[in-house]
Amino acid sequence: MIAEIGLAALWLAATLAGLQLLLAWTAVARGNADAQRLIRPVAVAQGVLTGLAMALLILLFLQSDMSVYLVAANSHSMKPFIYKFAGAWGNHEGSMLLWIAVMSMAGAAVALFERGLDRRTHIATLGAQAAISLGFYAFLLLASNPFKRLVPAAADGQGLNPLLQDPGLAFHPPTLYFGYVGLSVAFSFAVGALLTRQVNARFARAIRPWVLAAWIMLTIGITAGSYWAYYELGWGGWWFWDPVENASLMPWLAATALLHSATVLATRDALRAWTIMLSVVAFAMSMIGTFLVRSGILTSVHAFAVDPTRGSFILALLGIYIGGALALFALRVHTVNEGSRFEPVSREAMLVLNNLLLCVILGLVLIGTLYPLLTEMVGLRVSVGPPYFNAIIGPLALALMAALVVGPLLRWRRDDPRALLRRTAPALIAGALTLIAVLALAPHPIGWMTTTGFVVAAAVAVASVAPLWGRNLRRTPLFTYGMVIAHLGCAVCIAGIASESAFSQEKLAAARPGDTFEIAGNKVAFDGVMPIAGPNWTAMQANLTVSRNGRVIGVAKPQARFFSDPPTPTTESVQMTRWSGQLYLVLGDALEDGRWQLRIWWKPFVTFIWYGGGMIALGGLLALVGRVRRERKHGRAAEPEPVSAGAPPQGAVPA
Amino acid sequence: MVAVASSRLGPKRKHQRLILVLLALAALIGGVLLAMSALRDQAAYFYTPVEAKAAEIEPGKAVRLGGMVEVGSLKRAADGVTIHFNLTDGEGTVPASFSGITPDLFKEGSGAIAEGSFDADGTFRATNILAKHDERYMPREMEGIQYDPQSHKVEAANP
Repeated sequence: MIAEIGLAALWLAATLAGLQLLLAWTAVARGNADAQRLIRPVAVAQGVLTGLAMALLILLFLQSDMSVYLVAANSHSMKPFIYKFAGAWGNHEGSMLLWIAVMSMAGAAVALFERGLDRRTHIATLGAQAAISLGFYAFLLLASNPFKRLVPAAADGQGLNPLLQDPGLAFHPPTLYFGYVGLSVAFSFAVGALLTRQVNARFARAIRPWVLAAWIMLTIGITAGSYWAYYELGWGGWWFWDPVENASLMPWLAATALLHSATVLATRDALRAWTIMLSVVAFAMSMIGTFLVRSGILTSVHAFAVDPTRGSFILALLGIYIGGALALFALRVHTVNEGSRFEPVSREAMLVLNNLLLCVILGLVLIGTLYPLLTEMVGLRVSVGPPYFNAIIGPLALALMAALVVGPLLRWRRDDPRALLRRTAPALIAGALTLIAVLALAPHPIGWMTTTGFVVAAAVAVASVAPLWGRNLRRTPLFTYGMVIAHLGCAVCIAGIASESAFSQEKLAAARPGDTFEIAGNKVAFDGVMPIAGPNWTAMQANLTVSRNGRVIGVAKPQARFFSDPPTPTTESVQMTRWSGQLYLVLGDALEDGRWQLRIWWKPFVTFIWYGGGMIALGGLLALVGRVRRERKHGRAAEPEPVSAGAPPQGAVPA
Repeated sequence: MVAVASSRLGPKRKHQRLILVLLALAALIGGVLLAMSALRDQAAYFYTPVEAKAAEIEPGKAVRLGGMVEVGSLKRAADGVTIHFNLTDGEGTVPASFSGITPDLFKEGSGAIAEGSFDADGTFRATNILAKHDERYMPREMEGIQYDPQSHKVEAANP
């Protein structure tokens, strides 16, 4: 019964989406007042219904209802609670239901909370959101019904891929999906503003919190996913330039560019057409990412729940929506008046540089990711991996970070280069000192890229807090703190990357019980191996006692695990975190003579990579709260007087 | 720069937009050129053993080598962590070595892709081995390859 209710809720929601599109059209094109009133409740009801459907699917997984095909194929009654719960989206159909649930709940949120847009643009935005949703409803209901029954019901399920049986599954896919799908709101805003010809600073201030929210989720999702792959795959790496990783990075790059260009549009009323274009590109990247991940067209170490036949459906949706939006853009771009001009030495000029660099990086990641597909058409099998990406993305990312040293210290409109040099001097000195320190202290020569990484990280760290100097800290707006923390997070992240790649140490050996190893001042004693059993797995578990200066600091118990449903061996590594880095321990195979393979890394300050990611997300959150509070205040003050399209932006001059 | 000149001359708004468009185009073209040259140098080509022999790959160049781990060829060195094995596609066989912990499903008679480079004496030094991840996972390049452990005959996938 639950499955049938879920399916009915989905069909009803799809019908409401159709109605929403119709209402938007009559309201915007005909000015129908009833339609204007009705559209918001319809959008909210649609969000509630898909939320209900998602909740029901989770309930089916929790109950291990083996008469539902999806549950039987992907779950198992012996599975721990959390993986039954999260297993609901650890498969194709469930993840597409999550997608559509997030999309229509985002639409409901726009209907409920968006106050900044003018009425017609707001309605057109809701119409665009309904139009995208319809395609995904069609995909879900016609090609990937998550509530399909299995007759007769299975005795028990086939289980979930053991690599996915990890707490990471509970929050990594949902946050990433909130980010991916959240960008659909930016897309709808852009389409709405193009339709009603309202591309202006007001539009930028309205779109910004939504982009921020999606971007925060993407940041968390990517950071969490990186850490998950780092400890789960047991290879000691945290980023593999795998197609699935690139698929999440590309929307993030586009959204980062969009955030900064929306700031220029909100503050200086420039970059209008560019901001619209980025909104479209950002969601296009989300869809390309989903296509790459779902279709399994590219080999990935993270590829799960792959189904090639369904990839073409997503590709078709991608073509329709992005093609449609670009056509609309081409038709309407001449109605988008050019915004204000600006000087070459100014904050906005530096943000243009930021956007250009981000877009070039995005383009290079996209080319590198799709290149194997292109060469395959001419019969060449090629894989594009870290050698390509590190060689070209690395320097560009460092250039972007160099721009970040200067950007926040520039004034809007026009700045004096000499005054700018004075302001950036502390950051430049910090960079120079770091260069000397690295050259003098490094135990072995390190490459120019890691050296530059350290230098840039130090300079960015100093420059990013510089906007707070000489200010009254209690009266500094929250979003300024957000910017400072996010930029500081970039510095922390870069420092972690440079440190990990320059100073990691590795020990690889076959050990007998009683053997000890020295690595970076840590003594690791191999005490032996014993068998152990979990709820749905058995394992061999090593006992490794780690001591420093004669004092035991911990016992690590890495495992070689064997899952029963489905039968799969996995490697469970152990990370021991200290303030100065992580000890990463992996148990390998048993040898015939009784020895065991052990692999141990010392990764200095590797945790900074994810701390940095967390800081970037936190900065985004502070900016979001700060912006929303500011808009609320201004919104209420400015409500009586209608704001005309060309009104000067308020954000530029804090009241 | 032109942007400065035109802005000082007067409100020639079209100019700035034009310059921005040109900048974006220049960045785009520069990016594509950069990508193409980097791809020529850095893309690792996938070879089967017989192709690798024919191609005479220079030592040190990063490539991917895919084939079946020949039955009876897998030997472990005395240090316990270095392995030597042969990758075969039935027509050609390449000796390879690897130091590290092999993937869980790396074994004789099953498919594997080795990333690495050839050394001067023609041995493939693998820096990374991709093997089947779970029962359903197969590296894309290996799809459809059949291996007979008795005769070492391999039917290659359709190119």
